[in-house]
Amino acid sequence: MNNEDLKNKITELFPTATFEEGGEWVNFFIEPTEWKKAAGVLHNAEGLQLDYLFCLTCVDWKTHLSMVYHLSSSLHRHNIVVKIKLDRLNPEIETVCDIWKTAELHEREVYDLFGVNFLNHPDLRRLFLTDDFVGYPLRKDFEDPINMIKL
Amino acid sequence: MIEELGTTSEGYMVINIGPQHPATHGVLRLVMTLDGETIIKTEPHLGYIHRSIEKMCESLSYRQFVYVTSRMDYLSSHMNNHGCSLVVEKGLQVEIPERAQVIRVLMDELTRVASHELWWGAMAMDLGAFTPFFHSFRERETITDIMEETCGARLTMNYICPGGVMADLHPDFQKRVKNFVTLFKSKFHEYNELVTGNIIFQNRMKGVGFLSAEDAISFGCTGPVARGSGVKSDIRKLYPYEVYNKLQFDEVLETGGDSFARYMVRINEMLQSIKIIEQLIDNIPEGEFQAKTKAVLKLPKGEFYQRVETARGELGVYIVSEGGTTPYRIKFRSPGFSNLSALPQMVKGSKIGDLVATMGTLDLVIPDIDR
Repeated sequence: MNNEDLKNKITELFPTATFEEGGEWVNFFIEPTEWKKAAGVLHNAEGLQLDYLFCLTCVDWKTHLSMVYHLSSSLHRHNIVVKIKLDRLNPEIETVCDIWKTAELHEREVYDLFGVNFLNHPDLRRLFLTDDFVGYPLRKDFEDPINMIKL
Repeated sequence: MIEELGTTSEGYMVINIGPQHPATHGVLRLVMTLDGETIIKTEPHLGYIHRSIEKMCESLSYRQFVYVTSRMDYLSSHMNNHGCSLVVEKGLQVEIPERAQVIRVLMDELTRVASHELWWGAMAMDLGAFTPFFHSFRERETITDIMEETCGARLTMNYICPGGVMADLHPDFQKRVKNFVTLFKSKFHEYNELVTGNIIFQNRMKGVGFLSAEDAISFGCTGPVARGSGVKSDIRKLYPYEVYNKLQFDEVLETGGDSFARYMVRINEMLQSIKIIEQLIDNIPEGEFQAKTKAVLKLPKGEFYQRVETARGELGVYIVSEGGTTPYRIKFRSPGFSNLSALPQMVKGSKIGDLVATMGTLDLVIPDIDR
């Protein structure tokens, strides 16, 4: 499917989705409460079959956090990007590790470095940092007076 | 939860493998729950070499951050630099000269052969055969010499940069590469005679560490791990970059899904890389090796994603730019991280000796996983 068809398909499936222009792939925003259901639809829907989650990350925009899911189809070879805005003080989102198994480690990484709480995750704890580490290093307001060199 | 080391209430034994263990090739720590010799549960513990490269890159300029990435997957440092350079060029919309493109592809393929050679020797050593290590390093040494001449370094080469490559090729480059190709072809049969056809080796590899095609996709596996399960995942074929779409080579696919299939993929990939090198080495176009770019690079506001095929699989570089001289956020989707996530399922229920055979064919590089 080309980007135009993908856009139509997504509007049909999720009427509340808002698109973001620019970028080589279709970008759209979805509400955090709808994500879990939408993920299942994206994975299984006829013509979409986005079975391959190739990148899962988060961006700190200072006012809010934004989850970014890069999805691809191993059958149709098209790519889409799903973005979800989260509250910065209490970021919570449903896990998708039962849909894409690779999400389990990726979500732990995001929890570790951004502090996003993944609901119903089987094993949510720090991945790279020690268990008693305070703070979330990839957030923009993180301060470490000893190890960080400001250029 | 983290199991306490010792014996659980069910009578299972919990032991550590790593972080200092010769078979984990670096500082990977696995906490294993065992029933006798049978693996019940495997838990990877990461972070022993976490340097927070993504955070570091946020304060480095678009010219500087490329050099940090050689330290992620140090065995495919050219490909890491390549991915970062491509994403910056995508943002700047710079066309790079054809000479630079060909040089980049040549360097990538030489690195791929070198990486697979090291993997081959090290994996045989994990299984108890020491001699193959010397055989593979004999040829690999020639590649590192070639790299040293042109790039100035033997391991963490910082040669590919935004706009092209840093310097022109060494005058002896073509001659040395041709010598290497001849040497490799004359010695390659030894690899198969020593290891591939060896019945002890085959018995340890066949039927071990099975990964189905569905799981390979679900776990996000790429590179030889996915191709060993029959999943097409070669970025050079699917989303061609540079001159790959003009070259004649095959994507190596095996359908076994076990350790032996992944082994065969890598062995045959070396031959495909040699094929690419042979096509290009006499056809390096004349001209500039670098496009004209500004001294200070500024990417326009937006998001850029580029994937390249490293020796371990798909490396994705995701840059979020706010229009400044440094990236606002950068994410490296490293191949090893996703491949490792499949390990607990692959070894579940098998014997602890098979863990080494499975881990060997995943070809994990820990700095690439921890970043």
